[in-house]
This record gives sequence, C-alpha cells and structure tokens, in this order.
Amino acid sequence: MSARLRVRLFLGAAAVVAAALVWAITGLPRFGTAVHPYGSRAVAAAIRQHTANAVSSVNFDQRALDTLGEESILYAAVLGAIVLLRRLGGERRETPRPGKVLPTTRLLGATLAPVTILTGVYIIAHGALTPGGGFQGGVVLATGLHLAYVAVDYRVLERVRPLALLEAAEATAAGAFAALGLAGLAAGRAYLENVLPLGTFGQLSSSGLVAVLNAAVGVEVASGVTVLLAQFLEQAVELAEPEESQ
Amino acid sequence: MTTAQVSYLLIGLALVCVVVAATAAALTRDPVRQSVVLAVLGLSLALLFTVLEAPDVALSQLAVGTAVTPLLILLTVRKVRRGAAGKRPEGQRKDDEG
Repeated sequence: MSARLRVRLFLGAAAVVAAALVWAITGLPRFGTAVHPYGSRAVAAAIRQHTANAVSSVNFDQRALDTLGEESILYAAVLGAIVLLRRLGGERRETPRPGKVLPTTRLLGATLAPVTILTGVYIIAHGALTPGGGFQGGVVLATGLHLAYVAVDYRVLERVRPLALLEAAEATAAGAFAALGLAGLAAGRAYLENVLPLGTFGQLSSSGLVAVLNAAVGVEVASGVTVLLAQFLEQAVELAEPEESQ
Repeated sequence: MTTAQVSYLLIGLALVCVVVAATAAALTRDPVRQSVVLAVLGLSLALLFTVLEAPDVALSQLAVGTAVTPLLILLTVRKVRRGAAGKRPEGQRKDDEG
C-alpha cells in the first residue's frame, strides 16, 4: 500500500469516526443535568435490591455478567504476566542486599501499613454500602502490603506475603465468582441473578449476592495484584541475566 | 457564589490540573521521572472524578494510577538498567536509580 493511499484511507476513516462521535455526543443529555435516563433507572433498581451503593448494584447485580468478564480479564492478565516473567533456565538468582532506609521513611511506612490494610478491608467489606468495593479495596490492600518493601526490606515483604497461598486464593476467588452465579440457576432463575435474601437497606448484611460477589472480587484483586507485583519484583530485584554469571 | 458555581469552578480547576499533568507526562522523556508525573496525573484524575461525584471511579484511579502503575514502571526500568549495567550489580532498593 503506497503512503498516499494510506493517508487517504486514514483521512476517510477519521472523517467517519469524527462524524459518528459528533452525532453521538450531541445526542447525550446535557452536562450537569439532574435527570439522566440510565442513572435514574439504575438507582431505582439499586434501591429495589436494597443496595445502598448504586455503583455496586450495577457492577454485581444489574450487570454482573460484565463484571465476570472483567475479572476474567484481570485473571488472564496476571496469568500472562506470570508466564512472561517466569525464571528462565540460566537466569541467576541473587540475594538482594538490604538498602539504606531513612528512619522517617521507616516510621511512616510502619505507621501507614496497618492503616492502609485496615482501609482496604473496610472498603471491601462496605462495598455494597459506600463508595468503593472489591476492586478498589483489593488494590489498596495489595498496596498496603508493599509498604513493607518501601519502608523496610525485600526480605520482610517476602515474609508477609505468602505467595503460594495468594496464587491459590486468586484462582479460587476468580472461580467462586463464576460458581456463585449458579445460585441463580439452582433457584430456577437466571445466571448471576440476585437470589439471596436482600436484608435491611443500609445494613452490612444487605444487598444479597452483591456483598458476596464483591468479597470474591476483593480477594481476587488483592491476591492478583500482589502476585503480579511479585513477578515484577522478582525480575527487578532477584533475577540476573545469564551472561552476568560468566 | 452559589453551590453550582463553586462545583463548576472545582471541575474546571481539576480539568486544568489533568490537562497540565497529562501534557507534562507526554513531554517527559526519562521513564523514572515520567512514572512520578504519571502518579501526579493519577492524583489529578482522582480529584476530577471526586468533584464530578464519581467516588468509586476516583478510588480505583487513586489506587491504580498513583500507586500500582508508577511502581510497575519503576520496577521495569530497574530491571532494564540492571541488565544493561552488566557485572556491576546494584543495591536492592528501587530509589537508588540515578
């Protein structure tokens, strides 16, 4: 394909995309209006399902199948990273030397680690009630764990991070999401339909299946992100190129 | 000023922050500095989502954009530089990059 033809093809496609975008955006409700067709229906459905956090109701109830797809993507991505970053034959394993850490950094890390981990657990547990949920809390939890590396030492991180257990937890939680959807089928309803008792609006035990799916995603994301970071850390800190050993 | 005006002002300020941080991230050439600028961009985006009343998205952005992504970039840079350094193994910490 000649350069001129390629430019023409691009300009033609760009014009079509631009026209479609303008057409779509002018059809949107105006910015900042109180009434939104999808929002109003989603919030009404969330209240009907006793889920105080409407976003969690969309994620784990109204569009739970989409979330199943998303968490499978995350699982596949972590799996891909594990395969790509595995230790190759000939790669040497070095014992990382502990680096100097400023006392203030150590103090800040030691203070923040328990606070961050507690925040992560809180965000996961209250996913059906307040902003946040399994994904957000899971990432916060994984980040809190890695404060051990920033504030103290790689070997301390290795001790607080049971990698084999986390790998199993990630796979189990990812499978649990798909398996929990079968509850709907068992009750003679649709796959992933919210068939558990809905409880009292605003209580921790409310929202039925939403809270359970949310917890499964929390476990999957927290262990998945930790396992992902572990692969990067192993490559960056421990493994050396084979040529170096000669 | 009415509350609506205040909220529009905050949205405008957050948008300016996002545009400035995103431009700076695109113009920064050194990956180590770029990871820090990306963290600032993540923070600005989290701020924008908060003033747009989307706290769920803001939390995701804060956790992924300001913590995990910059850390992955820093670790990747460290691995690449470590390989290039040859027989001169460096210390353990990621912040001893020049």
